[in-house]
Amino acid sequence: MHYKTIAELTTELNAKKISSVELTQFYLERIKRFNKQLNCLITITEEQALNAAKHADEARAKGQAGRLTGIPLVQKDIFCTDGIKTSCGSKMLDNYISPYNATVVEKLNAAGTVLLGKANMDEFAMGSSNENSYYGPVKNPWDLERVPGGSSGGSAAAVAANLTPVATGTDTGGSIRQPCALTGISGIKPTYGRVSRYGMIAFASSLDQGGPMARTAEDLALVLEAMAGFDERDSTSVDEPVPDYTKTLNDSLTGLRIGLPKEFFDAGLDSDMEKAIQAAIKEYEKLGATFHEIHLPNSGLSIPAYYVLAPAECSSNLARYDGVRFGYRCNDPADLEDLYKRSRSEAFGNEVKRRIMIGTYALSAGYYDAYYLKAQKIRGLIRQDFTEAFKKVDVILGPTTPTPAFKLGEKADDPISMYLSDIYTIAVNLAGLPGMSIPAGFVKGLPVGMQLIGNLFAEARLLNVAHSYQKVTDWHTKIPEGF
Amino acid sequence: MEWEVVIGLEVHTQLLTKSKIFSGASIAFGADPNTQACAVDLGFPGVLPVLNREVVNMAIKLGLGINAQIAKRSIFARKNYFYPDLPKGYQISQYELPVVGGGFLDITLEDGSTKRIQITRAHLEEDAGKSLHEDFHGQTGIDLNRAGTPLLEIVSEPDMRSAKEAVAYLKALHSLVVYLGVCDGNMQEGSFRCDANVSVRRKGAPLGTRTELKNINSFRFVERAINYEVERQITLIESGGKVVQETRLYDPNKNETRSMRSKEEAHDYRYFPDPDLLPLIITDEEIEQVRANLPELPQQKRQRFMDQFGLSIYDATVLVSTREMANYFESVVKESGDQPKLAANWIMGELSAALNKDNLEITDSPVSAAELGKLILRIADNTISGKIAKTIFEAMWNKEGDVDSIIEKHGLKQVTDTGAIEALVDKIIAANPQQLADYRAGKEKLFGFFVGQAMKESGGKMNPQQLNEILKKKLQG
Amino acid sequence: MSLTPADVKKIAHLARLTMSEDEVAHSAKQLSNILELVAQMNQADTAHIDPVANPLDLSQRLRTDAVTEPNQRDKFQKIAPEVQDGLYLVPKVIEDGQ
Repeated sequence: MHYKTIAELTTELNAKKISSVELTQFYLERIKRFNKQLNCLITITEEQALNAAKHADEARAKGQAGRLTGIPLVQKDIFCTDGIKTSCGSKMLDNYISPYNATVVEKLNAAGTVLLGKANMDEFAMGSSNENSYYGPVKNPWDLERVPGGSSGGSAAAVAANLTPVATGTDTGGSIRQPCALTGISGIKPTYGRVSRYGMIAFASSLDQGGPMARTAEDLALVLEAMAGFDERDSTSVDEPVPDYTKTLNDSLTGLRIGLPKEFFDAGLDSDMEKAIQAAIKEYEKLGATFHEIHLPNSGLSIPAYYVLAPAECSSNLARYDGVRFGYRCNDPADLEDLYKRSRSEAFGNEVKRRIMIGTYALSAGYYDAYYLKAQKIRGLIRQDFTEAFKKVDVILGPTTPTPAFKLGEKADDPISMYLSDIYTIAVNLAGLPGMSIPAGFVKGLPVGMQLIGNLFAEARLLNVAHSYQKVTDWHTKIPEGF
Repeated sequence: MEWEVVIGLEVHTQLLTKSKIFSGASIAFGADPNTQACAVDLGFPGVLPVLNREVVNMAIKLGLGINAQIAKRSIFARKNYFYPDLPKGYQISQYELPVVGGGFLDITLEDGSTKRIQITRAHLEEDAGKSLHEDFHGQTGIDLNRAGTPLLEIVSEPDMRSAKEAVAYLKALHSLVVYLGVCDGNMQEGSFRCDANVSVRRKGAPLGTRTELKNINSFRFVERAINYEVERQITLIESGGKVVQETRLYDPNKNETRSMRSKEEAHDYRYFPDPDLLPLIITDEEIEQVRANLPELPQQKRQRFMDQFGLSIYDATVLVSTREMANYFESVVKESGDQPKLAANWIMGELSAALNKDNLEITDSPVSAAELGKLILRIADNTISGKIAKTIFEAMWNKEGDVDSIIEKHGLKQVTDTGAIEALVDKIIAANPQQLADYRAGKEKLFGFFVGQAMKESGGKMNPQQLNEILKKKLQG
Repeated sequence: MSLTPADVKKIAHLARLTMSEDEVAHSAKQLSNILELVAQMNQADTAHIDPVANPLDLSQRLRTDAVTEPNQRDKFQKIAPEVQDGLYLVPKVIEDGQ
């Protein structure tokens, strides 16, 4: 049962082979069995889940079931859930019971999904390994000594280990795509503005986007449709109609022009991974697509630019965590300065502090032009690269990460090495484009992810290209041993 | 040793919207603490700002009112600092690209001359909450109702050269924002706040170091605070000291300014464009629409009153000081059969005195503009004398009825019949032969005696001009 | 770009973070490394490109001026560290001029 996709589960539910309550209990059992090992969920919402499942069954009985009614789901603990702890992976919000729902949560609740729990994550979405969480690291189900990726590591591990058919994630520099690649599942970061950020705790406001993580492109299509849409509470939300992403999943790929960025197939890419990507390219050629070399000459600057912009925005976004109105407050503050400094220093982890420091520095007097403004201009160059590329091709393809999952602790003392694992994904956030990662093979028993990048609002096309690949390959069906 | 004073003013006006600049919470004054602070205002994790349309309209109105350029594209920026009344740890403001550019306001000085004060810019921002220092056992209480209230900060060039000029500018700006309906101008409630930048220099020398004065919440305090500070700076410099660039708080009880120790370190606000908000684009069409719907502005109205009604600049200035008074005046003029001078006198005189005495606004006057106009009409058409009119006004104030019914009831019609006046004068003269003889012998002062007698006899109802004429004639014999 | 411990202390204060002397030294080194990475930006010629703040080049949407938020003080203050009489409490702030 737990290997079934959402599409398959809905069929079972509609055929009354299983009820939502039974399905939910089934996943809750698996969570109880495996969560200690994987540490992928911070909060398990058992009562809430069974209640929602009951309502879903009632709706189904009345003939009012939609495509996601009664489907269990995990929310990354960055999405505010009314009345439920929302920690963002941080000691700062360990005691925070959110007093409102994120728009994404409202929408998925309204679609009839069943909330199983809140997923572990790198603190405040800062990290690429889920080793920065106050609640301890998450383990990769494919190898418990390795990282699942981050920051949506808990969501990825939960889906990969079949503790839930789908989880939500967020992606600022690769935090959906990279963990999907390292755990062998599928995920999509939509176009900036496609999914509402209201209630999605902010890290870097101009880069953050929420999206679904699941086993198949078809499942992503179903869930993205429910998550996406204009939200008047979010000024950066785009007023574009949301298509039925499932309608175009099976469109033919004949004549599709796929671009291969020269810069993404460089010396940094693991040679076995490259072989896997080359095999995928062959599959696409068989499906009728043609391949073209493209250049993204400024993509090498995406990491430096990102590590100015994201920390700068986050240093400001995290200023509200001051122990005054919610969250962690230090004991017996001597005065106001003490309240601020101790509350923040005691409750923020090292990576968060690092980024706040860099961001504060980049914005401080005298440095704005050299850092922040310069980074915004490089962003312009990177966007220009993609604009040029999309004149020649419809979709861009490449590896999601330079290497498969690395060992826990391997990069912990080397922040820069950690930052470089996002080398293929970051440029996509800077340009605001949609990007996906889907499984494309294995290297030494570890999953390999393939990245697909589309033009603005081309989610339907990306899902179609991904789905077509998944019809002729079975990487996405592989299950880690023991799960 | 001629000293020159240089003053620039920064005025924060709270805009008269229903809801906050970036959220849908109410901005009504006086609510219980934190009952008007929604999730967005409280800066909870995950909340986002959305801009209030009416705030933009009001910014455009103000910009037009000060003859400024409205920016077609302006940007909101974050001003980052830590303070408990600032929930997000940053204030959303505008920095490099404000919504309103350079403009000006013409002010009238006491000697009647005008001066143009340049305005550098006006920008939109959100207000912070309030700190309450009353005893909470060594703690401070924070009320965030005010957090997120829309503000328009109007910054003048340092063009003012005296405290009086500063007050004139403030009054003109105050009048303008109230006229435009963008601010209620209530300085006690903090909806019109002024900070003054003051420096002194010897004539011809470069600009001196300036200090910023805060906490001046009335026109009178502005004048006193600036005068005190000027004195302080001059004394300091003349005794060999140097003015320190700092912020000083005005104490109205002691009439002095004091240094704000906590603000000594310069703030690094790390301004950057707020990524949660997009550029504000304003089109020519939108600006023209606002322009078309602007009310007549105080300075335009004042000029028109002078031209159309022949009023002095002083009278015109008083009558346009509020829209309500200006409207009242024009209604009175109409009802009075076009008697602007009488209307002006009555409004600035009897009406204002009565309103002050009973602590009423002109909009609550028991005597309506139409009724006052009618009263003046009756003076102008000689039905009653000006003196009797005062009595009638009092009766109207006490709601005894309308003009004509009061005149009827009390028989207050002025006597204008020549025959009747002559008869009365004859009677008075006959009754006072000694005074008549004395008058004819040269005691001209006795004229007043006869007038008094006539008034007493007639109950004040003689038309004064006619009475004087006839009395003079008959007394001379 | 190399940061000194004094630089680090200044930045930490702006960000309201405290650090021990060891942490300051360690931080100075780490941050300097990151800044070296970031300095690669200088390789790019950005003279002819406009800065991009938002990837979509859209303009700010306006909302109707209406009161849409009810009073939720009780719910919101249930999760507050310290409140009294509806006010949030912080250590006494020495107000300017007092």
